[in-house]
Amino acid sequence: MLGFKLVPANINLQFIPKKKVFFVFSALLVLVSVGLFTIKGLNYGIDFKGGIMIEVRTPEAAPIGDMRSRLSALGLGEVALQEFGQPTDVLIRIQRQAGGEAAQQVAVAKVKEALGPEVQYRRTEFVGPKVSEELFLDGLMAVSFAILAMLVYIWFRFEWQFGLGAVTALVHDVLTTIGLFAVLDLEFNLSTVAAILTIAGYSINDTVVVYDRVRENLRKFKKLPLSDLLNNSINQTLSRTLMTSLTTLLALLSLYFLGGEVIRDFSFAMIWGVIIGTYSSICLAVPVLLYLNIRRGRGGEPKGWKQAEEAASPSS
Amino acid sequence: MFYFAKWKMVLVLAICALGLAFAVPTFLSRDQANAVPAWLPNQQISLGLDLQGGSHLLLEVDSKAVIREYLESLVDTMRIELRKARIRYQGLGVEGNAAKVTIKDPAKTEQARQLLRALDADTETTTDGNRIFLTLTEKTIRDRKVAAVQQSIEIVRRRVDETGTREPTIQRQGDDRILVQLPGLDDPERIKRLLGKTAKMTFHLIDNRNSVEAAMAGRVPPGSRLLSSDDVDPNGQSRMYLIRKRVMVSGDTLIDSQPSTDGRTNEPVVTFRFDTAGAKRFGLATSKNVGKLFAIVLDGKVISAPVIQEPILGGSGQISGSFTFQSAQDLALLLRAGALPAPLTILEERSVGPGLGADSIAAGKIASILGMIAVLVFMAAAYGLFGFMADVALVVNMVLILGVLSFLQATLTLPGIAGIVLTIGMAVDANVLVFERIREEVRSGRTPISAVDTGYSRAFTTIMDANLTTLIAALLLYVFGSGPVRGFAVTLSIGIVTSMFTAIMLTRLLVVTWLRRTKPEALPL
Repeated sequence: MLGFKLVPANINLQFIPKKKVFFVFSALLVLVSVGLFTIKGLNYGIDFKGGIMIEVRTPEAAPIGDMRSRLSALGLGEVALQEFGQPTDVLIRIQRQAGGEAAQQVAVAKVKEALGPEVQYRRTEFVGPKVSEELFLDGLMAVSFAILAMLVYIWFRFEWQFGLGAVTALVHDVLTTIGLFAVLDLEFNLSTVAAILTIAGYSINDTVVVYDRVRENLRKFKKLPLSDLLNNSINQTLSRTLMTSLTTLLALLSLYFLGGEVIRDFSFAMIWGVIIGTYSSICLAVPVLLYLNIRRGRGGEPKGWKQAEEAASPSS
Repeated sequence: MFYFAKWKMVLVLAICALGLAFAVPTFLSRDQANAVPAWLPNQQISLGLDLQGGSHLLLEVDSKAVIREYLESLVDTMRIELRKARIRYQGLGVEGNAAKVTIKDPAKTEQARQLLRALDADTETTTDGNRIFLTLTEKTIRDRKVAAVQQSIEIVRRRVDETGTREPTIQRQGDDRILVQLPGLDDPERIKRLLGKTAKMTFHLIDNRNSVEAAMAGRVPPGSRLLSSDDVDPNGQSRMYLIRKRVMVSGDTLIDSQPSTDGRTNEPVVTFRFDTAGAKRFGLATSKNVGKLFAIVLDGKVISAPVIQEPILGGSGQISGSFTFQSAQDLALLLRAGALPAPLTILEERSVGPGLGADSIAAGKIASILGMIAVLVFMAAAYGLFGFMADVALVVNMVLILGVLSFLQATLTLPGIAGIVLTIGMAVDANVLVFERIREEVRSGRTPISAVDTGYSRAFTTIMDANLTTLIAALLLYVFGSGPVRGFAVTLSIGIVTSMFTAIMLTRLLVVTWLRRTKPEALPL
């Protein structure tokens, strides 16, 4: 049967009345995330803390124990080995060596010597202290600027209240994603930053769609109580919100299971992002508007796209 | 009534055809792509090093060393000039960006100042009591550093070329960094070894009037230097040599160098040839010092210390040290390519073997195709005929992304593939928005045509806002990201733009054409 509907057309779930539950839940989530981040810290990859990462493939199932003892004997400090995707593949992480850039190179050479010629080097990455510091700053700037730019965009396109509401949801998503990485001890690296930015983009995308409907309804129903108006807006866009989340999840699940070991954590972060982003745009971004003193009456005319809108709409 | 301008229709179809034309060569083999008629595009998407395998090295030129070295040689000249003029001095040395000296006899300070000022036009001479400073000007420092980086790039290029790496990319990054990308190279150890050497070669006489033991005990006579070597003495220690500081001949006068084997011992050696000026100096120096030992010094290490058996007048010679065949080959290569003006440090390395690259491509392909099929089925199931039209748009969207990637010659990386897969999921969003809106409009009692019309125009603002915010994130990722992550930003940005095009223009074209053909009573939505 084609043309199924994900949610019934006249759905009317009570999101706004349950706002306190969402607020408490999210506040807890954020608190735990920040707590974990400060107490436990993140498992930074070599991109951000420097060091060496080598992925090798052995002819037969890798003798991880033997390899570990051989590498530990080199005196390179902390050496971590883990099976990577299949029994023949091993990912070796070596901490940043004291003594600047040249010392890292020496360590790489030592490892290759210790492992012998029969292993195949699938990947060798080394990041020196200088670059790792820069990459960290760049990542921090990218995320901060992205959040700022979105705030400004929404402010410009809607009203400042909407900007603030959207950024609340956005910061919530970013912080809880960081919390997820802390609690699961996943490696936090450059692609994690890419994932966070994409999550931010996705979450704001979702929020904008609901806000757009809120703005439209503000214009249409000047007398309706704000809480009812917000609840209606969520319900009216619920079908779309869930449809898009589902198609995106379908694609991401395919990436997670089939895309290979190298981007598995990345896909995982995005799957989480789609879920948390969908949740936050419905359950945080919209209810928050109740407290931000939205101006009624004028109702926020859409700015800017008016002309483009007319140009693109079919002339009748 | 519902109307889609002819020219718009043509434009939409033309863009799709163009996208297809640019996308197709990527799916052909190299040979087939080359056989494409010249009026059609034949370039393929360029793959990042993480997909095709290869090595990415970020190097830094120690440009401070250039300045230091420059000042040190200025100090040497000052010493010689002051001695010649019989001016007594003390505290001659380098301080910051200046060479400084203290004149013992205050009466001679002015004479010394005049003398030193003439030495180097690129310095400013200042005095402080009887101390004289020759400070390098800011401009000189900048120029020297720029020149050092330029020259380093040139030398790096020569060294890499000599190893026979195909299609290397060597470019400057920032002030004093060099980015080297070596596609297809899975073990960059040799190149790293080659780039790690400055390869400054000089010939010196051995100081035979003073003993090495005394020098090792800390009494190094002025004018001499204590250097280590690769030779090992019976105690397992590196053998030390005391050499005269004065350079007999310098390696920058070499014009050729080749690995070879010694005719008598059959051991690997490196032969070299001087240019005319170098040959003359080498000839002169060797004729004056027959029977003495001289040292061949490479990067502050003695690599060989032979006896001068007879004057070497032909301008060519050979170095026999403890070479392996490989190290002889490397040294010859380094000497041919020339010395770096300053040492290079490797700041970052990312090497991917061809095996992992191929695996990543295969995994990426499967993930994209299956992700796509899942979304196609889902859309058709949810929206019926309309969903099918959105599916057409999604397939065209994929073609367009690949076409744009190929047209821009942007690099496709593994995160880039992830960006494409993500786009597949998100691209249908615009259509979902429109379709849901149309459903609503139908429910509120509009006729099919009116519902479609309003659905598109009402959803348009939302689509723009929603996509532009995501585009902001992608652009910032591009600006601040590096390497493969940039590839993700590229495909994501392209995907957002093409998906807006396919959703707003292409599906609407399909929907409108269908509406005008069938004039349905109700929408199958």
